[in-house]
Amino acid sequence: MPPTVVVVGASLGGLRAAEQLRAQGFGGRLLVVGAEPWMPYNRPPLSKEALGRGAGDGTAADLAAALAFRPRAAAHDVGWVLGRTAVGADLAARTVTLDDGTVLGYDALVVATGLRPRRLPVERPAGGRFTLRTADDAAALRREVRPGARAVVVGGGFVGCETAGTLAALGCRVTVVEPLPVPMLRGVGPELGTALLTHHREAGLRLETGIGVSDLVGRDDRVTGVRLDDGSVLPADLVVESVGSYPNVEWLAGNGLDLSDGLLCDNDLRVEGRRDVVAVGDVARFPNPRFDEVPRRVEHWCVPGDTARRAAATVVAHLAGAATSPEPFAPLPAFWSDQLGLRLQSFGAPRLADGADVVEGDLTDLRAGVAVVHRRAGRVVGTVLVNVPAARHAGYRSLVADAAHPVGHRV
Amino acid sequence: MKVVVDMTLCQDHGQCAIAAPEVFRMDEDSKLVFDAEPDGSLSDAVQDAIDVCPVQAIFLER
Ligand SMILES: Cc1cc2nc3c(=O)[nH]c(=O)nc-3n(C[C@H](O)[C@H](O)[C@H](O)COP(=O)(O)OP(=O)(O)OC[C@H]3O[C@@H](n4cnc5c(N)ncnc54)[C@H](O)[C@@H]3O)c2cc1C
Ligand code: SF4
Repeated sequence: MPPTVVVVGASLGGLRAAEQLRAQGFGGRLLVVGAEPWMPYNRPPLSKEALGRGAGDGTAADLAAALAFRPRAAAHDVGWVLGRTAVGADLAARTVTLDDGTVLGYDALVVATGLRPRRLPVERPAGGRFTLRTADDAAALRREVRPGARAVVVGGGFVGCETAGTLAALGCRVTVVEPLPVPMLRGVGPELGTALLTHHREAGLRLETGIGVSDLVGRDDRVTGVRLDDGSVLPADLVVESVGSYPNVEWLAGNGLDLSDGLLCDNDLRVEGRRDVVAVGDVARFPNPRFDEVPRRVEHWCVPGDTARRAAATVVAHLAGAATSPEPFAPLPAFWSDQLGLRLQSFGAPRLADGADVVEGDLTDLRAGVAVVHRRAGRVVGTVLVNVPAARHAGYRSLVADAAHPVGHRV
Repeated sequence: MKVVVDMTLCQDHGQCAIAAPEVFRMDEDSKLVFDAEPDGSLSDAVQDAIDVCPVQAIFLER
């Protein structure tokens, strides 16, 4: 019998894992199980141009089709098991159980189940509340967007700020509520975060920072306002909850794994203590020796591709009874964000920094282009570029790549 | 190998120019320029560029 690889999660990570397994010579049976009914599609446009196409009755199916990835030709014979959720796994018996009772046996398992949005810990009112992770979420939000509607976005991270900007462009009156003093603090640092706060306010967005949400108020189970920690109420016709996410790992419970924050992996993306299970994408918590030995999850679009390549190599080596590559896996994270007329591009891990310098432009004029370089203990670990022409991105990327050498691989 | 970029999709992210600098380049105005008929030996690099384009604007015609 040819070996079987089961991939659970049919988004970017699952797709890239399947493609990389074929590209690296895996010729056995390849199944990809996905809870959503669609073929893998691209999520970043859901808070940007796909939402910005505006109010409309485009269905989730239309959105998923419009944003679908084009799988590589080599992945033409992958078996897609869509609209099915893995509800359990027995890693000792090497089986995965689906919600319809199907039990799939595997020789190697790829976990690519990503994240789901966290919600405010308030059950009611239930109506008029949205999150933004899937085509379903975006279609539901689009149906409710009307010019003049009062929208409150809870959470001023990247996706929250993008969503707020898109809703404002669609004519909504938008307020962002962020408990930290500035938006996107972890991703861009305090200096640039402060500049972005000023920019976004000047662009017409209302931002309430340094204050949390204590409750939602409503009528007939539909939200009418957001109560803040100081007791004041922001009137709201719709509320977008952009307050972080939970890794989808519950289906792996009972196998003695560390599921405390995603799936703990080694530098080959091999799940702790298991030779035949790997993780890719947003759900994987892995060490990146470019920075240090601490395993971390990285919620960037580039990560599914990078981790899938290495994880596939790990699987192919395991099935062949061969050793994995001695070369450390040290991807250089990249992230972009489009909001209120600004394009942000980051390389490396600015969130690890303890200090930052503006090396180009002026924080009071982000539109004209600003580059910030982030350092930890004096060493460059990341950069965030705002409206810097793409022709110069490669140079800044090299600055980070050359400074943050893989541990033990200094030149 | 023939490379096609859907310019109505391309948002000048420049990720392709980082993945396959032999084929894709951002010009002085940070607009994408590329070699539409790169040498076959560059097919892996082109495939990488296709993968990393955030808007999936790059196509291959064989
Ligand atoms: C609105 C939005 C905007 C974004 N914008 C940017 C951006 O501008 N730049 C950037 O770098 N990144 C951005 N990202 C992040 C990027 O999209 C993610 O990093 C990427 O989608 C991660 O892919 P993944 O395959 O690891 O996980 P996911 O995309 O989360 O996919 C996991 C899949 O697994 C399925 N699944 C979960 N549990 C099960 C189960 N038990 N059984 C079967 N299937 C299951 C889920 O339904 C889902 O389809 C954005 C994300 C969102 C949501
Ligand atoms: S990566 Fe895609 S969007 Fe960016 S320049 Fe290349 S083709 Fe255009």
